[in-house]
Amino acid sequence: MARITAGVAASHVPALGAAIDNGKTHEPYWEACFAGFEWTRQWEKQEKPDVVILVYNDHASAFDMNIIPTFAIGCAERYKSADEGWGPRPVPDVIGHPDLAWHIAQSCILDEFDMTIINQMDVDHGLTVPLSLMFNQPAEWPVKVVPLAVNVVTYPPPSGNRCYALGEAIGRAVASFPEDLNVQIWGTGGMSHQLQGPRAGLINKPWDTAFLDDLTANPERLRHIPHIEYLRETGSEGIEMVMWLIMRGALGPRVKELHRHYHVPASNTAVGHLVLEPVS
Amino acid sequence: MASMTDIHSYLAEFEDIPGTRVFTAARARKGYWLNQFCMSLMKAENRARFKADERAYLDEWPMTEAQKQSILDRDYNRAIDEGGNVYFLSKVFFTDEISFLQAVGTMTGMSAEDYQAMMIAGGRSPDGNRSKKDNMPGEGR
Repeated sequence: MARITAGVAASHVPALGAAIDNGKTHEPYWEACFAGFEWTRQWEKQEKPDVVILVYNDHASAFDMNIIPTFAIGCAERYKSADEGWGPRPVPDVIGHPDLAWHIAQSCILDEFDMTIINQMDVDHGLTVPLSLMFNQPAEWPVKVVPLAVNVVTYPPPSGNRCYALGEAIGRAVASFPEDLNVQIWGTGGMSHQLQGPRAGLINKPWDTAFLDDLTANPERLRHIPHIEYLRETGSEGIEMVMWLIMRGALGPRVKELHRHYHVPASNTAVGHLVLEPVS
Repeated sequence: MASMTDIHSYLAEFEDIPGTRVFTAARARKGYWLNQFCMSLMKAENRARFKADERAYLDEWPMTEAQKQSILDRDYNRAIDEGGNVYFLSKVFFTDEISFLQAVGTMTGMSAEDYQAMMIAGGRSPDGNRSKKDNMPGEGR
């Protein structure tokens, strides 16, 4: 049977992708930021996951103002890198796992989560930057990917509690997939950042640190944080952290933290990164 | 299960956050064509046409004059007031070949250098930036 063996959280700042694509990761501005992902790159080489369920948000790339799905699961064979305005990132096509994706979609719908199914889309930095952070610049990505896109742009986004519960449903769905697969789930985006208005540049390290701590120590607290708290405390784009709760929900009641990294800034953003392992 | 959140009080709280425009349904409706114009800049041929004659390209879209002027002026606070969303507006940033850091900094009233220096020093503190009501003298909770 398929099993979820780990959860990874990481910010997906576009400038991180640009730094990798342009060979700037050893420049003084970026060195400390990227150093915190070295542990995970080595760990991923040992873990060799077959599939990553990659929870991210589309940034007005695949979805414009015409279609705004709250939870959308990619069931396609492959996905191309989106042209976000400066040409597509020079990264390999992302290869899907349609059998697992459709299994999760069907299972979640029967489990009362009304998923939108996507058979064709391009994927933007929200999905490709985390792949680059964990796998650097391979000729082909070493994993298949099930994209799970969450609306965190147009209000209201889903509640943290709903995200957590969806993660639990994804965990049940993966556990009932008959093929023997090593599956990871990644939650991306965050941490504190605000990209608009006179308050832009807001960073809240104490809040972010408590969030990182409680993913292991007290996830029950996190699932009940209201949107207004994310907005006030972590900036208008900190709401992306609800996506980390999908990852966390899929790991089961208890987890062990294997690795943590936090760095300010990458562009306008506090970069957070965690590797979690379910504890049975 | 969590109890149902009242949509009116949910939305009203957003207006209390200083220097911030939450992308609500009302803003999304107001900014529909502005944001769809931005989406069109994901195609290289449209970027080239926009750069060749910005005004003519904008006039192809059923946008308000205020929306068009905000783009011509690269006044992103104004564009957001007119219903723009930063992820859509980022297609204009990238068409101009400037970074998120540079574009976002223009909304703060700080110079690009000062904004970047603030970020490197740890960013803007949430203290004093959480609530308009809390910032009013004698009105703190």
